[in-house]
Formats: sequence, C-alpha cells, structure tokens
Amino acid sequence: MPILEVQNLTKKFGGLTATQEVSMTVEKSSITAVIGPNGAGKTTFFNMITGIYQPTSGIILLENEKINGLKPHDVSKAGISRTFQNIRLFNQMSVLENVLVGMHTHLKAGLLGILFNLPVIRKEEKEAEMHAYHLLDYVGLADLLNEKATNLSYGAQRRLEIARALAANPKVLLLDEPAAGMNPKETKDLTELIHRMRQEFNLTVILIEHDMKLVMEISEHIVVLDHGVKIAEGKPEDIRNNPKVIEAYLGSGAVQAG
Amino acid sequence: MLNEIIQTIPQVLIDGLTLGTVYAVIALGYTMVYGILELINFAHGEIFMTGAFIGTTLLLLFTGIGWISALPAIVMLLTVLIITAVLTGLLGMGIERLAYRPLRHAPRLIPLITAIGISFVLQDIVRFIAELSKGSYIVTGPNLFTNQLLLKTSSISSIFNDASIKASFVIVLVTAVVMMIGLDIFVNRTKWGMAMRAVAQDRETASLMTVNVNKVIAITFFIGSALGGATGVLFAVQYGTIDPYIGFILGLKAFTAAVLGGIGNIRGAMLGGLLLGVLEMFASANLTLLTGGVFGAEYKDVFAFAILITVLLFKPEGLLGKPATEKV
Repeated sequence: MPILEVQNLTKKFGGLTATQEVSMTVEKSSITAVIGPNGAGKTTFFNMITGIYQPTSGIILLENEKINGLKPHDVSKAGISRTFQNIRLFNQMSVLENVLVGMHTHLKAGLLGILFNLPVIRKEEKEAEMHAYHLLDYVGLADLLNEKATNLSYGAQRRLEIARALAANPKVLLLDEPAAGMNPKETKDLTELIHRMRQEFNLTVILIEHDMKLVMEISEHIVVLDHGVKIAEGKPEDIRNNPKVIEAYLGSGAVQAG
Repeated sequence: MLNEIIQTIPQVLIDGLTLGTVYAVIALGYTMVYGILELINFAHGEIFMTGAFIGTTLLLLFTGIGWISALPAIVMLLTVLIITAVLTGLLGMGIERLAYRPLRHAPRLIPLITAIGISFVLQDIVRFIAELSKGSYIVTGPNLFTNQLLLKTSSISSIFNDASIKASFVIVLVTAVVMMIGLDIFVNRTKWGMAMRAVAQDRETASLMTVNVNKVIAITFFIGSALGGATGVLFAVQYGTIDPYIGFILGLKAFTAAVLGGIGNIRGAMLGGLLLGVLEMFASANLTLLTGGVFGAEYKDVFAFAILITVLLFKPEGLLGKPATEKV
C-alpha cells in the first residue's frame, strides 16, 4: 500500500527548473533512497514534500490526502518529519529540550496549568520527558540530556536530529544525507539505527545519500534524479546496472567496484 | 563626600529599583520581539503609553460610578491592570498582523520604518481621543495610594539616611516583579515558551517540528504588549499625570536597558532595566555633589547613557548577551 505519492512535481525558481515532472510512489514501511549528482534537485524535492517550498505544479499525497499547499507545521503534524543536510539543531537549548520541541503538537500545557501546577499538566510533563528520554536512549544520547546541543560531537548531533524528528511521531521520516561526514563505524551504526527504527516505529524512511555503499545496502527502492528529472528508479541491483545512471552519476569505476 | 553619597543609598535603591522595574518590564517587550524577528519594535513605547491612557480612563470611569469608594484600591488596580493588559495585548497582536507580518520577508529596514510610523499613529490617535473627550491631552488620574512609609534605614547603620516609600512604589515594584517571574516561568517551562525559544533560534526548523510560527509570533506580541500596557498603568498610578508623548523617552530608555542586558536575552532585559534605573537615580541624587555643582541632577540621562556606551565598548553583545557568530 503506498503511503506517499508524488505526481508530476515541478519547481521553478525564476527561469531555473529545479525539478521537472517528478513522480514517485513510496510503499508503507519501505526504505527509499533518492540519489543523484549535486544540484540534481534532491533537497528541493524534500523541501516541497515538507511544505517549505510550494511546488509550481504537481500533487503530493500522504495516505491519499493532498498535503501540498499546507504550511510546514501542518505537514509535520500530518506525519512527515525530517533531518537536515547541514545539521540544524536548536543549539542554545538542551538535548532534552530539542526533543521536547519536536513533541510540541502533542503537548497541551498552557501558562495557567503550569502556574497552578495542575496534576494533569504535571503528569503530561512527566510523560513527555519520559518519552523524550526513551527516544534519546534509543539513539544513544541518554546520558547527555542536559548538555547544550551545540556541545555535542558531530555524530551525536546527527543522532539528536533523528531523535527530534521521531518525537513528532511521524509516519514518514525524511533523512537528508544522514551519513555525511561520518566515519565507516558511525555509518554502520546509522544503518542499523535506520533498520531498527523502521521496524519498531513502523516507519517509512526516505533518504538522500551520497554514500553508495549505504544506499545499496539499506534501500529497497531507489529513485535517481539528474538535473531535476527522474532518470531511473528500481531495486538497487537494477540501478547499479542501469547505463543511464552510470553515465549520469556513478561512473564506470563504481560499477566494477560494486 | 563619600559619606553623603552613602547616606543617600537607601533612597537611591528604592527609587532606582522602582524605576528600574518599569524599564525592565518594557525592555522585555523589545527584547522578546527582537529575539524572534530581529525587529526593533519602536511602537512598543507607544503601546506602553496607550496602556497608561486606557488604565487612567478606566480608573476615572470607575471613580465616576463610585466603585473607588466601594472597593479596596488594590482590587480596583488589579482589575484595571488585567483589562488594560488584555486590550494592549490585542493591540500589539493587531499591529503585528496588519503592519509587520506582510513585511516579514522585506529587508529589515522596512519594518523598522513601519514601526516608527506606527508609533506616530498611536501618539496622534491617543492625543485626538484625549483632546476630544477631555479638552486636553494631558490627563491626570485619580490618586489611589497616598500612604507614605518611612523606612528607618538609619537604624541599620547610622551612615544611612532614612528612606521614604510611597505605597504606590511598593505596588509598582511587586506587580512588576510578579510579571517578570511569570514571564520567566512561561518562557522556560511551558510548551509555547519552548516553542518561542525554538523559533528565535531557527524559524524554519521550528516550523518543521510542528511549531506554528505565526502563532508563536502573535503570542510573543500579545505578551510583550500586555506587559508593556500594564506597566503603563503602573506608571500612571505612580506619577499621576500622563500625556501621549511619555512613550518616546521611556521606550528609548527601556530599549537601552534591553541593549545593555544583551538584546534578545530575556533575563538580560530584566537586569539591564534594574541597572539603568538605579544608575539614573544614583546620578540624579549625587551628580551635583560628584561634579562640584558643574552638572546638576538634570544630567542624569547623560550619566546613564555614558555608562551604557562604556559597557558596550567593552562588551558589545551586552551584559548577558552571547557574542554573535557569523552564519556560514
């Protein structure tokens, strides 16, 4: 059953066409990779799905509901969460607070509730903090709860972004170059984490990634963009041998190596 | 000379802290809006002034229908404070919606000019209404609190003089402190406070984390303006006479306080306000003495601003501000 459907998505910035007539279907609980050379329109594609850009034309359906035209906060409420290519945490807030912001829509506590210390609010606050703690524990950051986000190591910041994205309780998780700048060990841990998340939270994962080893290993479906146009899609082994893809992106060396 | 200065310290502290809390609460409005939009909302001083007029009008109205003699003055003041806070809060929210939101993506200078324009508009509207209904734009409110308390600070140590407190001072001080504590709890403990901090750091990312940015900005304007308007009422009660131009200089000083504490930093604004108030009162009490009569108390502002410039020379980000790092 498809969870996310994109039909003929086009985005133009003035005279520049960033993506042109891109269509794809993402199955529920699958892992899909979007690959392509730099400037292929991958991040633009993510930005349209999350509501940051409005597409020039085309339709985006989440569980058969149209989501283009919604504001980013409504898209994220509808169930799409993301991480960023260049990490964008709330640097001056603590690790725990970063995750709690991700839960914003699920919390109800208002000023009066806090001031009068209502039992309902106290309970909710406790539960939220417990949930945040579990998520942090899940990505391996439980002992850094009160550290400022800016003080974390690079790999830890990437994992915190994932925990924060999970906090909104998404159906679809978009990961923008999650392995960028990671060493092989960190990349291996990340691969495991993505598999685990999919299983435990019944998540659908879409990732943009340049690390071909990771992409081939993890994804069940691959979409290849080049100059804003979808040039191929299919299973990893099909993509690996697709001459168009090799020409646009992988190069002959990668084929031999793979 | 030192002895004489020390003698005045209790009175300087009392007057300075009272004035300082007024600065501090108004400074909060500047700093909250700046933190989120990087906009210096120059209309904020006029929101304060509008609050003073709404409050005085309500007090005169209540006196007219005889409530003042029937109710304790403090209950009356609280009622007026709450009504005024809600009205000025809505005013601030409306200004944001009509005048600033359409300019959200314009270059920063443009909303700034708009803010200055709005402060003129508010001044003239208030002046027009006041003249129309009272015949004069200078308005004097009813005198609610006339009691004087004498603090026997001389009994603590003979180097101090006694200090006197008007009852309204205590009320201003307590109300302002309660408002500041309330805001601090709001920002640090509630989900909207947390959302506010998140939006201040990265608006786009916050919106992707289910935070409704427009709502956060509207709440920020509501709270900042409600606090500013309520402080206007306190000011009117404290000093008795108001006119449509009180917002200008007070707003300027509160803005200074916000910069002194580190603009965008809420606790910084509180600290900056208190500091500026005390410095100003200190100068007003002792400047004649310190300069051998060359400068009188009327130079208190020069003294306070000279301190500000000195602080900013050595710590441009303000006392509690963080050095800005260039985004790359």
